[in-house]
Amino acid sequence: MKRVKRRYLALQLDSEALPSGKEFIDAVWGAVTKLYGEHGASLTSLALIDYDLDKKNAVLRTNLSTLNMVRASLATITSISDNEAAVHLKAISGTIKALHQKTR
Amino acid sequence: MQGCGVAAVKRIFADLHLHLNAKNSDGTVRVLSKAAELGYGLVGVSLAAETRDEEVERLRSVCSEVGVDFVSRVDLRPRNPDNLMRQLRRLRRKFEIICVACESKAVARQAAKDRRVDLLSFPLLDFRRRFFDRAEAELARGGLAALEVDVKPLLVLEGPARVRLLSFLRREAAVAKGFGVPVVVSSGVSQKLLLRKPREMAALGFLFGLDEVSGLDAVSRSPVALVERNREKLSPGFVAPGIRVVKEGRDC
Repeated sequence: MKRVKRRYLALQLDSEALPSGKEFIDAVWGAVTKLYGEHGASLTSLALIDYDLDKKNAVLRTNLSTLNMVRASLATITSISDNEAAVHLKAISGTIKALHQKTR
Repeated sequence: MQGCGVAAVKRIFADLHLHLNAKNSDGTVRVLSKAAELGYGLVGVSLAAETRDEEVERLRSVCSEVGVDFVSRVDLRPRNPDNLMRQLRRLRRKFEIICVACESKAVARQAAKDRRVDLLSFPLLDFRRRFFDRAEAELARGGLAALEVDVKPLLVLEGPARVRLLSFLRREAAVAKGFGVPVVVSSGVSQKLLLRKPREMAALGFLFGLDEVSGLDAVSRSPVALVERNREKLSPGFVAPGIRVVKEGRDC
């Protein structure tokens, strides 16, 4: 069986509000589902790896094959739990260690 | 890479369509600072045709303070081709970028073939008036105009409206690519939270069929080339494309 390649995305949340990790990942799932439907969303294997509310940073994991879909979906997020927000991509990497080196 | 003599050229990213309220100077500074923070080197601000020179200079100084290059832009909404020609004669030398909002087929055709027009834009929600077809692309190729796509509706629309818009944009992007017409992706926003990084704009281009390189070109190479071409034309020494006055006087 072929190994699934993954990518880790370092994200910066831009919002006046302080959404919880669940609200954040719900917004990401909502954006992916709206753009690509439930089948498309199921292919992404999205997972929230880390969420720092103080720094408004998050780390997401997704499959390499659906990276472009996730990037486009993240760009369409305009609100998180009814508060205006934007999610900016800081870095992408194949390992969490390299991701932290890039964002340091 | 050893032996490779060509150095990688860093892209300059441009957003040629910002809507700023000139009366709200705090808001203007906030949006322009955010654009600089997100990595744009060049921003185009849509101005009214009657904007005074002092206002333009004030915006230019704000942009230089926050570290972005300012481009003056006007959006024309002509009623008919004659009206378009009149407005172009009056405004071409006043603004660096001229965008024509094509609301009728006659205007769209005239705008596409006129070399003074830089950008063609079409109504976002009235899909029957999106006239960017093969004939329009053929004229635009000869006339040097580019197709402008604003990403704002992709962010604010939902459901069937966004589905239809994406479908039209995908068709238009394919026609533009087939005829070699540049596509320029701009934000078209007035709020800082709707601004996206250049690479995020390119990712949105993926939604309507732009691949990674075309998406990045649509936010860097194409708009920057437009601005450079027009700045050269508006410079005092310009005579014709490729010909410029380098020295004047008796000793020439």
